[in-house]
Amino acid sequence: MKRFNLSKAPVGMKKYLSFFKIRFIAGLSYRSAAWAGVFTQFGWGFMTVLMFKAFYESSPESFPILFSSLSSYIWLQQALLAMFMFWFFDGEIFDSITSGGIAYELCRPCGLYAMWFVKNMAARLSNAALRSVPILLVAVFLPKPYGISPPDGILSAVLFLISLILGFLVLIAMSMLIYISAIYTLSSAGVRILATSAVEFLSGAIIPIPFFPDGLRAVIELTPFAAMQSTPFLIYSGHIDGDKAVFLIGVQLVWLAALGLFGVFAMSRALKRVTVQGG
Amino acid sequence: MIELNGVCKTFKVAKRNAGFREAAKSLFKREYTLINALSDVSFKIGDGETVGYIGPNGAGKSSTIKVMCGVLVPDSGECVIDGLVPWRKRKEHVRRIGAVFGQRSQLWWDVPVIDSLELIRDIYSVGEAEYKRTLSELVELLDIKDIIKTPARQLSLGQRMRCEIAASLIHSPKTLFLDEPTIGLDAVSKLAVRKFIKSINKSRGTTVILTTHDMQDIEAITDRIILIGRGRILLDGPLYELKGKGSEGKTIVIEYSGGGLPEIEGLTAVEDSGSHAKIAVDTALISVSEAIAAISSSVEIIDLSVSGQTVEELVASLYREFRI
Repeated sequence: MKRFNLSKAPVGMKKYLSFFKIRFIAGLSYRSAAWAGVFTQFGWGFMTVLMFKAFYESSPESFPILFSSLSSYIWLQQALLAMFMFWFFDGEIFDSITSGGIAYELCRPCGLYAMWFVKNMAARLSNAALRSVPILLVAVFLPKPYGISPPDGILSAVLFLISLILGFLVLIAMSMLIYISAIYTLSSAGVRILATSAVEFLSGAIIPIPFFPDGLRAVIELTPFAAMQSTPFLIYSGHIDGDKAVFLIGVQLVWLAALGLFGVFAMSRALKRVTVQGG
Repeated sequence: MIELNGVCKTFKVAKRNAGFREAAKSLFKREYTLINALSDVSFKIGDGETVGYIGPNGAGKSSTIKVMCGVLVPDSGECVIDGLVPWRKRKEHVRRIGAVFGQRSQLWWDVPVIDSLELIRDIYSVGEAEYKRTLSELVELLDIKDIIKTPARQLSLGQRMRCEIAASLIHSPKTLFLDEPTIGLDAVSKLAVRKFIKSINKSRGTTVILTTHDMQDIEAITDRIILIGRGRILLDGPLYELKGKGSEGKTIVIEYSGGGLPEIEGLTAVEDSGSHAKIAVDTALISVSEAIAAISSSVEIIDLSVSGQTVEELVASLYREFRI
């Protein structure tokens, strides 16, 4: 495998880059799990497209989004599932909290928030790297309007990329709050189930946000949930464009800053009263 | 230089009685017991010392180590290590210390050990030349050349522990904390680990603070013992001084035939079967050679061995003495 060149990174960043690298490589070692994921997600995406086709055919005029845009949305969602599935938590972090392994991490000259953030990014990206390509390749060759279409112009493509990165970071900043809560409660199962169902539903992971009733949709669009996968995927297909796209990217930035600052604050408070478990 | 002064730490532990009713009750009203993990712990450790920090389970050993590593914040008291308060200046402090927690791992499970070591190099911003020098030294002393390319999950416990120790020394720390480093290791690995720790203390002047239940670790590595029980420091002094304390009294074990054992002041037969006997010698009253002379003049000795109190017995008697 080609090694990343880390020598040019500034000193402070280098340790986090190395951290990213080792977690990324560790993630790549689960290849058969990735293939299983590819098949599941391809099947799931196919069924979702067919389900929406049935809705569409029963009443095309009340369909809130172009059918081809919806197909793109679904295939992007399946291809990048590993990046945006909220329920995918790093078990090692929870273990380190409950078993006391966190002691080692606190013995490092690093910020724990940054270290866990990077760890999560790397885990999700390494999973996505293995799974996204086969799914996208198949989706590209599906007949119109059931496959993924190219982005709606260069501007959409650029905005999509910006929004995709921001959405990914917002999601991780949100999941960091779950890890931090585990420092207080030790067992995170309850918070996880509650947060996972709320986030999955409100982020458009189950039903895309354009299908929500108008009033509710307008509110959800401003929440951090819509700032995760919904905004980038809808920008890609051109369902959201122009000023609205720029505005929603602004919303993403605001939530990233808010969740990030709150997380760093909550973490430093948690560590002041931390009790490392075990002998 | 490590200085602890009046360090106290109390843990709040939820407790309830067994049974469903009690479990349901605890949903609404929780009862807590306060456990004094550390009460008024004070000691000083100079540069280059090797200290064995001992005490029974739950005495507060690990809590003290965690305070010194900056992982645990005490309720009151001071702790200054080389001019820094560990939990206030955590990042600066941890740069200068290394830690091995015998029951946990700092190596990445799925990747070769060498990748973990490189990550640690980057975390501590160790320069490439220094890293290469330290690594080759550690690899040779710990004899891990053949295993550092193996993923950590495929290593035996002894191999892994040697790699763990290497990992904690990549950044050449001034102080090394070892929390039960030989737990679960076989005899060969134990000896290798002990020898290595001793040599790193000699060659680099690294301060070593060791907690263990294995008294041979203490004998092989440390010059000084601090005994803690129920969160208090009970004893602090050089190992030989402690040994001196318990050394009045030897035990002579003999296989013999013919005659009866002599009855002299200072000799007590602890066991006697007529051919095998265990005799306690009070060395304040009679010397060992006098005792042997007396025994051999009254019985035919077939086999004989003399043993003093082991460090193990010594510590057990200390635990009894302090009722911990």
